[in-house]
Order: sequence, then C-alpha cells, then structure tokens
Amino acid sequence: MTDMSYAPTRTQSPTTKLVLRFILYILLGVFALFYLMPLFVMITTSLKSLDEIRTGDLVSLPREVTFDAWRTAWSGACTGIQCEGVRPYFLNSLLIAIPAVLISTIIGALNGYVVAQWKFKGANIFFALLLFGCFIPFQVVLLPMAIVLGKLGISGTIPGLIFVHVIYGLGFTTLFFRNYYVSIPSELTKAAKVDGAGFFRIFWSIFLPLSLPIIVVSVIWQFTQIWNDFLFGVSFSQAGTQPVTVALNNIVNSTTGVKEYNVDMAAAIIAALPTLLVYVVAGKYFIRGLTAGSVKG
Amino acid sequence: MTRWLQDNMPKIVLAPSFIAVMVFVYGFIAWTAWVSLTRSRLMPRYELDSFIQYERLADSPRFETAMVNLAIFGTLFIVIAMVLGLLLAILLDQKIRTEGAIRTIYLYPMALSMIVTGTAWKWILNPELGIEATVKGWGFANFEFNWLVDPDMAIYTVVLAAVWQSSGFVMALFLAGLRSVDEEIIKAAQVDGIPTWRVYSAIIIPSMAPIFLSAFIVLAHLAIKAFDLVIALTGGGPGYATDLPATYMYAMAFSRGDIGQAASSAMVMMLVVFTIVVPYLYSELRTKDD
Repeated sequence: MTDMSYAPTRTQSPTTKLVLRFILYILLGVFALFYLMPLFVMITTSLKSLDEIRTGDLVSLPREVTFDAWRTAWSGACTGIQCEGVRPYFLNSLLIAIPAVLISTIIGALNGYVVAQWKFKGANIFFALLLFGCFIPFQVVLLPMAIVLGKLGISGTIPGLIFVHVIYGLGFTTLFFRNYYVSIPSELTKAAKVDGAGFFRIFWSIFLPLSLPIIVVSVIWQFTQIWNDFLFGVSFSQAGTQPVTVALNNIVNSTTGVKEYNVDMAAAIIAALPTLLVYVVAGKYFIRGLTAGSVKG
Repeated sequence: MTRWLQDNMPKIVLAPSFIAVMVFVYGFIAWTAWVSLTRSRLMPRYELDSFIQYERLADSPRFETAMVNLAIFGTLFIVIAMVLGLLLAILLDQKIRTEGAIRTIYLYPMALSMIVTGTAWKWILNPELGIEATVKGWGFANFEFNWLVDPDMAIYTVVLAAVWQSSGFVMALFLAGLRSVDEEIIKAAQVDGIPTWRVYSAIIIPSMAPIFLSAFIVLAHLAIKAFDLVIALTGGGPGYATDLPATYMYAMAFSRGDIGQAASSAMVMMLVVFTIVVPYLYSELRTKDD
C-alpha cells in the first residue's frame, strides 16, 4: 500500500496515514457509486419486465432477465405515430455524423494550416472571428438558419443537417488544428517553399503525416458533439430525418399508451452507445480533446 | 496565372470558411438582432419598431421565471461543479493505485448526450417508481423526494443532473492543472513538514488561477446554453417552473409562432454569454500575440 515516492511528513504517524488513506479510498468509492448509479439503474431497468418495475425497486437486480425491452426499443417503440423503434433514427444519426465529421475535420485542418503557417494580413482576424463564433448560443442563429435551409431547399433533410453541423463545427476543428500546427516550426514550411513545394504539396507531405493525434482529437470531439446534438436535430429535421436524440426524447415523452420505462431505458442506452464506445476505446484522446483549448499548454 | 494561384492559395482556401462565418455567424446574429426590433409574429417582418419585443420580455412572467431559473441554475451548477471537480481532482492526485479506472468512471457521463442524462435522471427521480418509492419500500414510509414534480424544487433536479454530467470534466481540467504544478516545490514543502492541506491551499490552488477561469467560462457557457437537459428531464415543467431562456426561445420560435419574442430572447442569451466570454477571449488572444 505504501508508496515510496510519496515523502512522509513529520506531522503524520503511520497510523494516521493509514486512516487517512482508508478515508480517501472510501470517499473515492462513494463518488464512483454516484457516477455509476444512473448507468446501473438504466441497465437493470432495461432488463426487467414492466411488472417487475412496478413492484420492485430501483436498485434491485432483475429477478428474470428479459431482452424484450431492447427489442422493442430497437425496432418497435413509438415516436409519436410511427412505431419503428430507434433503428431508423440511429441510422439517420450515422448518416449525419459521419459526413459532417469528415468534412468539418478536413476543412478545419486546411484552415488551421493556413492560420498557423501561412500568416497573411487578416488571417489572425479571421481566426479571432471564428473563435468568437464558437461561443455564440445557437438560439441566435436558429431562425435565420431555418429560413436559409428552406431557401436552399434542404430544409428537414439529412444534407441540411450535415450542412449545419459542418458550419458550426468549423470553429472548433480550426482551433484544434491551428493550435497543433502552431507548434510546428515555420522554418519547415519556408525550407519546403525554397525547394519549390507548393501549398498543397507541403500540407500533404509534411503536415498531414504529423497530424494523426490531432485528427483523432478532432474526429472524437466532432463525433461526440454531432451525435449528442439535440437542438439542431429537433429544429431542422422532420419525421423521417430525425436523429436518435430526438427520437429518444419523443419515445420517452410520448403521452400515448402505457409508459414502458424499460423500453425508455433500453432506447437511452442504445442512443448513448456510440459515444460511450468512442470514450472507452479512445478515452485518453477524448479527454485531451475536451481539455484542449481550456488548459493552456 | 498559376503563379498567382500559388501565391494566393492560402487566401483561396480560407475564403469559403470566411464567407461561411461572416454569413452564418455574424450575418445571422445581425438578422436576429434586426428582427428582435420588429413586430414579427408568425412570419418575420422587417419594419423596425423600437424595443417593443424587449418590453414584452420584461413584462413576461414566464421570461422572468426563465431568467431567475438561469440565475439559480447557473450559480449552483457552476459552484457545485467547480467545488466537486476540485475535490475529486485533489483526491485523485494522492497517488491512487486505480486512478485510471476511477477517472474513467467520473468522466464517462461527459460522453453522454444531455437527452440521455435527462432520461436517466427523470427515471431515478420519478416519485412513484424511483428513489422515493425505493426508500419507502425499504420501510421508511415517510420518506419524500418529489423534487421533480414540485414547482419550487424542480429546478434543483436540473442542477443535480447537470452536475452529474459535467463535474467529471471539471475534475479532468483541475487534474491536468495539479499535474502541471512543479513537483519540486511540493516536495520541498513536504520535507519542511508543511501539512498537505496547507500545501494545497497556499501553493497549488493559487497557482491554478487560469484553470479556474477556464473552468468557469466552460461551465457558464454550458449553463446559458442548457436546453436539452431541461427538455428531457422536466420538459420545462411543472408548468413553467424549470423554463430557461433557451427553452423559452424555442417555445416562442417553434410552438408559439412568436418570432419577435424568440429573437429578442435569443439576443438576451447572447448578451449574457458575451459579457462573460468576450473579456476572456480578448485577454486570451492578446497574451497569445505577445
């Protein structure tokens, strides 16, 4: 238990230290329970039958494990009048998120490359404008965007939502790549220019090969943002094009029929799975992406 | 021609994004600002009519509730998430064996959408089947925990769920900050027999001032934009008890057909965000140029 690198202080006896360690681990454990409890409740509830939910309690394990609620959530639960489960909406979210993530990351990489390495008069002003744009509450663009999407003829469509996510994702992706490319010495670009390499050639053969870590951060950040989006989804989609967050909310808050709490929980877990998976597989990068720009390096 | 293309390639590459930002961020803000000064109802109208919409906002009890809720929610959410985040970071900084696993547990809510978080807590806080019923079932017949349906308490359930979702992120920020403090200073203080809590309160925490500011900015921004969580957890209810400016704006825009009110409430939200964020960004950009 004792850690040699942790220098003992004169004021603490070994017993005090042991007691303190014990309290420390208890505290950490209590907080871990607080964060895990909702997930535990969601999973157990989704595996119970409705009868058991009504008679049992929140924290008990299911007496009889049943996957009926999961089946209903996936392909039978009703979002308003339609009863196809979350499957089509899950697919919508993928159709929206994958292109939007790729496009906004590619444009962000090129923008960041310009702002960091090809400084020209006005490049910094552009960056500042973009950065301020990251912080606007989206409510302020909802109404004009609804009108513009209508004028462009992509109102309520998946390409429309991709468009919106690309536009408002640019600020963060540019920020990520700019901060990353700024640390690469500009002598490299200058030397390559002297050798006759052009703008894209330098990007393609020097910067892109160095970019894997920041691409991962950008992709994870954008995927999480877009997958978890609700405001744009609920404002700019219609019956057939809604993302999974909107469908989940419709299932949970639909007032017709018997309330199936187990189906609600199963649907919530399904809606959460992709980002949870990303988090578990690439958690380190996820944290790095979240803290990037917030902690000065 | 190709020479010109070569020389101007950086500008050409930046141009579409520049245009997009000017139109879809600044142009749209200008549009909303303009419409907030008109009598627009179901359809936007463009004849200016002074501050009529802002006067209507000021007279609206529902918007007043929304602003009071934002103040309560914002203050509690920011304070609790910061205190909890700092506490967790300090606890985790004590050379814990299972640090990686515990950090993962504290942080995973951040990966979830607010809609999922709201759905989960709505179920846990459900008075008939959630915590209240469970504790009653354990034999405490008088136990009451019906905040979700109590108009005076419902806003605190939003705080609870938001803290659950975001405090792990604050912890990660603070943990990164703690780790960047010079080890030598801490070791020297410990050799001198200065108790650990003094080392934290006198040396480590004061040196993390910039991170406190960053955490505050991020949390304040989250609080002002909070929308999904309220929609999923309470739907703004009971009545309008948990309305926030964001849900007010949405209701006006998409269910009440009152575009003037939607625009003016959105402008109020933006002003609140900008009074917090602009000085911060300004100082950030300045120090980076030096």
